[in-house]
Amino acid sequence: MNTFGYKIMSPRTIDFDQFDGRLLNEVLVKEPSFRTCLSCGGCTATCNAGTLIDFNVRKLNLLLRRGEIASLSREIDKCMLCGKCMLVCPRGINIRNVIMLLKKGASRLSEHQKTAVENEVQK
Amino acid sequence: METPPSFTLPFIIGLLVITSFLIVVSIIWITGLSKTDKIRIIKGFPSRKTWRAVRETFTEALLHRKIFLKNPRLGYMHMSLAFGWFLLIVAGHLEAIFHYRTLAFPFWKSIFFRFAEQAPATGFTAKLFAALTDFLLLFILSGVALAYYKRFNSRHFGMKKTTQMKAGDRVALSALWLIFPMRFAAESITAGLHHNGSFLTQPAGDLLASTFSLQPVEQAAWWTYSLSLGVFFTAMPLSRYMHIPVEVLLIFLRKYGIRLKKGVNTYTRVQVFSCSRCGICLDSCQMNQANVRNSQSVYVLRQIRGRRLKDDQLFNCLLCGRCQKDCPVGLDLNDLRITQRIASTREYNSSYDYLKNGPSPQAEVIYFAGCMTHLTPGIKKSMQQLLHFAGINFWFMDEYKAPCCGRPLIQVGQYEAAKKLIRNNTEKILSSGAKTLVVSCPICYKVFHEDYSLPGITVMHHSQYLLNLVDQGRLPVFSLPERVVYHDPCELGRGSGIFDQPRKLLSSYASLIKIPHEKADAYCCGGSLSNTRITMQERDQIRDKVLEEYQSCQPDRLVTACPLCKKTFTKGTDVQVSDLAELVWKGVCHSKTMPNRSSLPEAAIPLGLHPGKPSGIAIPSLP
Repeated sequence: MNTFGYKIMSPRTIDFDQFDGRLLNEVLVKEPSFRTCLSCGGCTATCNAGTLIDFNVRKLNLLLRRGEIASLSREIDKCMLCGKCMLVCPRGINIRNVIMLLKKGASRLSEHQKTAVENEVQK
Repeated sequence: METPPSFTLPFIIGLLVITSFLIVVSIIWITGLSKTDKIRIIKGFPSRKTWRAVRETFTEALLHRKIFLKNPRLGYMHMSLAFGWFLLIVAGHLEAIFHYRTLAFPFWKSIFFRFAEQAPATGFTAKLFAALTDFLLLFILSGVALAYYKRFNSRHFGMKKTTQMKAGDRVALSALWLIFPMRFAAESITAGLHHNGSFLTQPAGDLLASTFSLQPVEQAAWWTYSLSLGVFFTAMPLSRYMHIPVEVLLIFLRKYGIRLKKGVNTYTRVQVFSCSRCGICLDSCQMNQANVRNSQSVYVLRQIRGRRLKDDQLFNCLLCGRCQKDCPVGLDLNDLRITQRIASTREYNSSYDYLKNGPSPQAEVIYFAGCMTHLTPGIKKSMQQLLHFAGINFWFMDEYKAPCCGRPLIQVGQYEAAKKLIRNNTEKILSSGAKTLVVSCPICYKVFHEDYSLPGITVMHHSQYLLNLVDQGRLPVFSLPERVVYHDPCELGRGSGIFDQPRKLLSSYASLIKIPHEKADAYCCGGSLSNTRITMQERDQIRDKVLEEYQSCQPDRLVTACPLCKKTFTKGTDVQVSDLAELVWKGVCHSKTMPNRSSLPEAAIPLGLHPGKPSGIAIPSLP
């Protein structure tokens, strides 16, 4: 439950000097339709896993473009690949392929590489 | 011992190469099987299964029955080469045994008998053998001639496309095509010189003898024959012709009950080596409509065999199973692909730790709509209404929130992840105390049926369940004045073998049109979740081709039994697309019981069907 009152937010700065675009580029090359995402959120609204747990398909794009791979791979593990998102997508993006490519790509990266952009903040 | 003539050397080397190769790989493959599979072989060997395997080897590996059924000309071509060659070897040996009156003669003499024994045949039996081998040679040569012709015009053999070959295949194929013409040439030349031929080789030899001197070319002709045999045998391990011996091994292992596992093992290798690359799977593949030419089963199996398989080829397949039903070797093409997908995605299976289960409501029947059905709400609504109408006490398992059935994960190889979902759903289903599980989606049906262990629970697709209700008289029948086309969903039809029940149910409510491609031969709608690589535009191309055929039958309605097929087709046609359940509900609404609403069971009250209350359900109108 959320609690009332103010919270002290930890600083969240993305260090783009540490940004590693390899995963993003790989996905964009192998699944070009992903470029056309307009972040409408239809995928998130229909998501099956989203009814069971806090999971946001639309946010995957944001996390990937920010290079927050550690969060991305944590999020992506929740997906059940049922394919509903793909059928509601107004741009016809092959979202299941995006997710499979991200899973494969993230599994190849080391923990350090995954957390690169967030590491700088914690220093 | 007599030294064989020098020209037999290539043949002997080739034979040694292929025999030792076969012995080594067979040992590797059989020892690599699991312990239970080895026990299956040991137990199966002295049983009737061995005889069945021998019989199948005869009908499939030699006579090529399945190819005959596909196209008689193609079947004859394969049979004349395989069965003809087999008979020629047998007849050659018998002839030699008869001639030498012993089994202990140098074995090369039976292969090159005409060269070894140059005296003309005397006596009836010897002449008969000579005529028999000539006849068999003619039989094979007719097949070789057809094979030459097929290169130029494969359409005459019922094949639009043929396999693109690699170097190994080309070498072996050229050698194979040379073997029998060269044998004919060599035997004719010897017959021309020594008059030991029969009805085919003797006239040919005489003709040759009348044109030029045969003495200098005799050795050369036998050398070429032996060389083509040697090259063929040596190239065999690198070519598709490995299927000749390995298919026999496959037939025996299959008869002993060995099946593909959810992981790569040596039985996978046996299957892959058994592929003859005949290319029959090419024509059945609907990926052709999307101009995808490299992901068909024959090419994927070749890449698996060479251990060079790329994800792009592996995942660019609808897993519709059309190639599998056409495969003359009977390979498990879908399972082979899923096995490879499991191996390819093993490193990143999700754990789904967040799945929790509370107590399940108690009910006799569980209704599981499936994810896709939630995107086609007409189906689940019709099903709910039908179940209420029939007075069924049911629990709608995934009405609000429920995990996926797991099949979409298995289709892309995430088997370990799917097991987590399967375990979670199994707990839920078993704790509800239900006896029947009704599923609206064939994708879910297949996984519930095959991968779940649900003792005491019957899994039914709604087409089966509704048919049962109709048979029990719990749903009224009403024949709507509509002509409909029924589209077989892949997972329900070829995948689970349910072809007749949906048709039987459908024919009670509408009149069914027969279409060219139905039942096992039905098309895939193109929406399959198994293909992760295909673009939406390519899916549309596949779908439009299918719709073209359906629309040419001018139906009033296109009926299917799968929410995903319905969703796919709806976007591409003006014809009304419905699920079976929707059509049945429409029929029920129009049936004679409907005007007299007081006859509705009490269970229909929650849905506003009670006579005292205004109906919350819009009754579909007739066109």
